[in-house]
This record gives sequence, structure tokens and C-alpha cells, in this order.
Amino acid sequence: MLDIRRRTGVLFVAISMGHLILISLQIPSKSGVPVFQSVTFGTFARVQGTTASTVYGLRHFWSNYIWLRGVRAENDTLKRQLSDLQVQLQEQRALATRSERLQQLLNLQSATTVPTVAAEVIAGNPNPGMLTITIGRGAADGVQKDMAVIAPAGIVGRIIGTPAAHAARVQLLIDRNAAAGAFTERTRAGGMVAGADKDPPLIMDLVSNMADVKPGDVVVASGVDGIYPKGFVIGRVEISERGSGLYRTITVRPVVDFSSLEEVLVVLVPPRPATPDETAEPAAAPPAAAPAGPPK
Amino acid sequence: MKTVAVLAALAIALVLQATLAGLSMAGGTRVNLVLVAVVYAALAFGPVTGMLAGTAGGLVQDAIAGGIVGIGGLSKTLVGFLVGVLGAQFIVSTTVPRLLMFVAASFVHEVCFQALYALVETRGFRMQYSAALIQALVNGLVGILAFFLVERGPDLLQRRRSWRTASSRRRY
Repeated sequence: MLDIRRRTGVLFVAISMGHLILISLQIPSKSGVPVFQSVTFGTFARVQGTTASTVYGLRHFWSNYIWLRGVRAENDTLKRQLSDLQVQLQEQRALATRSERLQQLLNLQSATTVPTVAAEVIAGNPNPGMLTITIGRGAADGVQKDMAVIAPAGIVGRIIGTPAAHAARVQLLIDRNAAAGAFTERTRAGGMVAGADKDPPLIMDLVSNMADVKPGDVVVASGVDGIYPKGFVIGRVEISERGSGLYRTITVRPVVDFSSLEEVLVVLVPPRPATPDETAEPAAAPPAAAPAGPPK
Repeated sequence: MKTVAVLAALAIALVLQATLAGLSMAGGTRVNLVLVAVVYAALAFGPVTGMLAGTAGGLVQDAIAGGIVGIGGLSKTLVGFLVGVLGAQFIVSTTVPRLLMFVAASFVHEVCFQALYALVETRGFRMQYSAALIQALVNGLVGILAFFLVERGPDLLQRRRSWRTASSRRRY
């Protein structure tokens, strides 16, 4: 009887061919999720959820019950800070009321609060080549493919693949295959922010050489992609130089610290087809053509 | 027994890798524990086991990561096979050759992985050589530690037990 294990070369060629067929099968089928991928992800998400709970439990036990050095002093400091912050809060409330009144006077549509659900990051990506995370919310919580994922600081990424019942995969905005429609808050110069394999990890492309973009400008989502809510912060321009072609060379530092994501918010608004942005200036618009307005 | 050990090593590596990446994104990209397990299996058990471990580990890693299933699998299969063949041809039972093998295997894996993605996505070949080198070195150190623990661990435990027994006898 033929022992395939003794024919190493044949086995290697057979396995390699199998891989190549498997890869080629996936390239044209962009819409459906392969069964193997779906089942493996669902199962692994359960295991990873348990592991993450155990690790978080141990960390919380350590930090809440064992590692309590200097807590009294810290408590006193925090109480003082709380008092200061309460005073500041009152001032901010007064400012907010005044802003809202001014907004009504200008007949601007008040910002609507998008429905969100909080989710815990239960795993990072087991493959260092792809920047994704797994969150502990899934289809049972209303999470769907292509929904935006945000953090208090700004945009994190979007849901990719079909979510499992209680887990979903999130493609981070800094992944090299991720992109979002964006414009600068100051001059509303429109373009596309995409992930890059370098530091800073975001580039802003398709912004005309004529546009006025300076380091420090805040970059926000334009909403034209139909995924990310308009006006949410992406990052700040770090380098803005005149490019050799039609477009500027712009790098963007994200506002979200992707190295320590523990909890995120999933925006429970299904994605809509991409539409042209109405408020962002076209890429070739003259500098400072429109003033920065409040995010809608 | 060998199959169970290799599968268990791959499963543990996969869970540890995902947990590490969950705790720190930077930490998760600095090491590839599944690749370390594949190279270990190839060095310890030969090209067939290395190749099959690479196939299994790579495919599962691809399926969980959400990319194109097969790219990581093919890269790891190739690395497992090459390391197994080289390990059978040369003496790699000491620390330095093993470290070189782990570092070279990690680098070859990264080149294959990025090249296959470039082919599939029809884009230019992009690779961060410094990051790949750091990952290869970290993988090498983790692999050497794994060999040390598996080969010397039982012996060290036995010595520790003997020392404790002797000291308790002296006391009484």
C-alpha cells in the first residue's frame, strides 16, 4: 500500500495545489462568506470569549483586591479633582445651552444621537498581517456587516464578515485594506483616508494640490461611504506636502489609540449606498472656501 | 501521540496569540506564535509533520483573521516543509542553528505572505523589513525558549525534587 507520508515531495505539491485552489475560489466570491470561515470564526469566538473573560477576571481581581497600594491618597486626589470637574461641568452645561440656542437661531438641524451598543474587545487578531479585532457583540445584539465601530475619541473601524450570534470581527481603520471618506474640518477639503503600513498609520488621498490642508487640521468622516457617521473624528493631519501629481501627500495621526482598545461602540445604523458629499468641498476647491461647521 | 501534541501546541499558540493581540496590538504584531509552533514541529518531527502543522495552523489562523483563507496556510506549509527538510539535512540540535532557523523561517514566511497578498490583490509588493526582522528575532527567541523548556524542563524539575528531598533528610 502507498504510504503518502514517505512521498514528502508529492504530499507537499498536493497540499500547495489545494491551497492555491482554495485561494482562487475565494477571489471572485466577494459577497458570500465561506462556510469554513464562518464555522471556525463562530467556534473560536466562543473559546476566545471564555479566555478573555478569565484574563479580564484575573486582571480585575489583581487590580481591585490585591494591588491597592496608595489607594487612600489617590482617593483623596480624585475627590478633589471631582469637585473641580463638577464646577467645570456646570460651566460646560451653560455653554452647551447657549450653543444649542444659537444653533436653533441659525436654523441648523440639531445633531441626532446615533443608536449604539457597547461591546468589549474579546480578542485581537491571531494573524499579525491583518489589523482586526473581535468584539463580544454579534447578530443577536443587532450588529450587522459594515456597521461603523467607534470609540469615545473617534472612529475605530467597521464590522466585516457575517457576525456570529455573540461576536463580530472589526476591521480597524488603520488596516491597509480599510478606507473612509473624509474631509478636513477647517477647510472642508474632501478626500479619502486609508490605512498604511507605516507611521503614522493613516494617509489622506485624493486631496487636490490646490486645497488648503495644514498640519494639525482635524480630519472627520464625510459620510459619503455610507458606513461611517458624518462628522466623527478620524485624526489630525501630521504631514501635508505638495505631491508630484494632482494630489497632496498627507499623513494623518488617528485620534484613537489602537494599541489599547478595550471597549468600543457599534453604531446600530445599517450601511446605506455611498452618496456624494453635499457639504464637503470638491478636491480642487480653492482654499478656505467654506468655514468649518458643526458635525451633523 | 505526536499528532495530539502538535495539534495541542497549535491550539495553545493560537489562543495565546489572539489573547496577546487582544491585550496589546503592538505586542500581537511582534510575535507569531503559530509560526513558532509550526517551525518547532518541523524541526522536532520532520518535513511531513512540519508541512501538515503549517497547513492546519495557517488555515485556522486565516479563517479566524478574516483575510483570504489559504494565504497564511500556503506560507506556513512552505515554511514547515523547508524547515523540516533543512532540519533533516543539517545538525540543528544546538541553540545558534535553531535560532537561525527560526529567524530565517519567520522572514521567509513574511515574504511569502506579503507576496501572495500582493499577487491576489494585484498591487505592488509592500513589506516593512524592520518590523519583519524584529518579529523574526522575537519568534526565534520564543522558539529557543520552547526548545529549552521541553528538553531541559523535566530534568530541571527532577533535580529540584532531588535537592529538596536531600535537604529535608539533612534537616531531620
